[in-house]
Amino acid sequence: MDASYITPFMTSIQNVFSTMFQLPVEIGEPRIKSDSNTSHDVSGIIGVSGEMVGTIVLSMPSDAAESIVALFTGMEMSSDSDDFADAVGELINMISGNAKAEFQRKAVSISCPSVVIGSGHRVASNSGTPCVMIPCNTDCGEVVLEIALREASESKNSFSSAA
Amino acid sequence: MRILLIDDSKTMRNIQKSVLKQLGYTDLEEACDGQDALSKIGAFNPELCLVDWNMPNMDGLTFVKTFRQQDKTTPLIMVTTEAEKSRVIEAIKAGVNNYVVKPFTPDLLSERITETLAKCGVSSS
Repeated sequence: MDASYITPFMTSIQNVFSTMFQLPVEIGEPRIKSDSNTSHDVSGIIGVSGEMVGTIVLSMPSDAAESIVALFTGMEMSSDSDDFADAVGELINMISGNAKAEFQRKAVSISCPSVVIGSGHRVASNSGTPCVMIPCNTDCGEVVLEIALREASESKNSFSSAA
Repeated sequence: MRILLIDDSKTMRNIQKSVLKQLGYTDLEEACDGQDALSKIGAFNPELCLVDWNMPNMDGLTFVKTFRQQDKTTPLIMVTTEAEKSRVIEAIKAGVNNYVVKPFTPDLLSERITETLAKCGVSSS
């Protein structure tokens, strides 16, 4: 995957976390996600369509997610509340939208967010599209951005794994 | 002042409510998408709307175009993650009076609201 697809997400998560709730983010070394890797307990997911296609996932352990959501909303809430999922969805929405603006020359749209909560789940990515994991260290714990994007002209249709 | 907040995220509506209450605005109504907003406009008669772009059922741009067919003057501020220049131009052509890109600080949102009301000649009381 082109490195220029990854950098905007690093900048974006730092921008969103610092602007919305003053939480610094230290970016770790990106690596390719293998098919056997499961995501953390909480995943906010955005679909990308247009001249680029794929998925963007913000994956967080429950305790980190609850701490981050508390900072974001100003309220403590458990991961089984609807408001918790809404907050996680809005976070990945802002991260994706902010990063998308860096792809100025491409007509790209993002979907409304979906949120999956539960241990051991796996988010499917389109077959043949490598998924890059970006570890992001915060005072609330480590969260991971998973970026699986490619040019639509390289389109392939099958999915590599079930969620 | 009556302000309608249109966003599918309850979290974002709560953040906006918090900023608006700090500014002294308490007459607030919420809508979760463009369709919901259109259904509430008659009864609530907003004097300012904050509208998200990406929402289910009816997106913010469609709402703005529909609303502007019947109301040319009520100030509309788009509050969205859509940050590309082409999107901003599209929204302004559709009839929004100002534009705020998420993420935003409370100060930025406050400034844009004050600026918009002044530009549109609306009393902020």
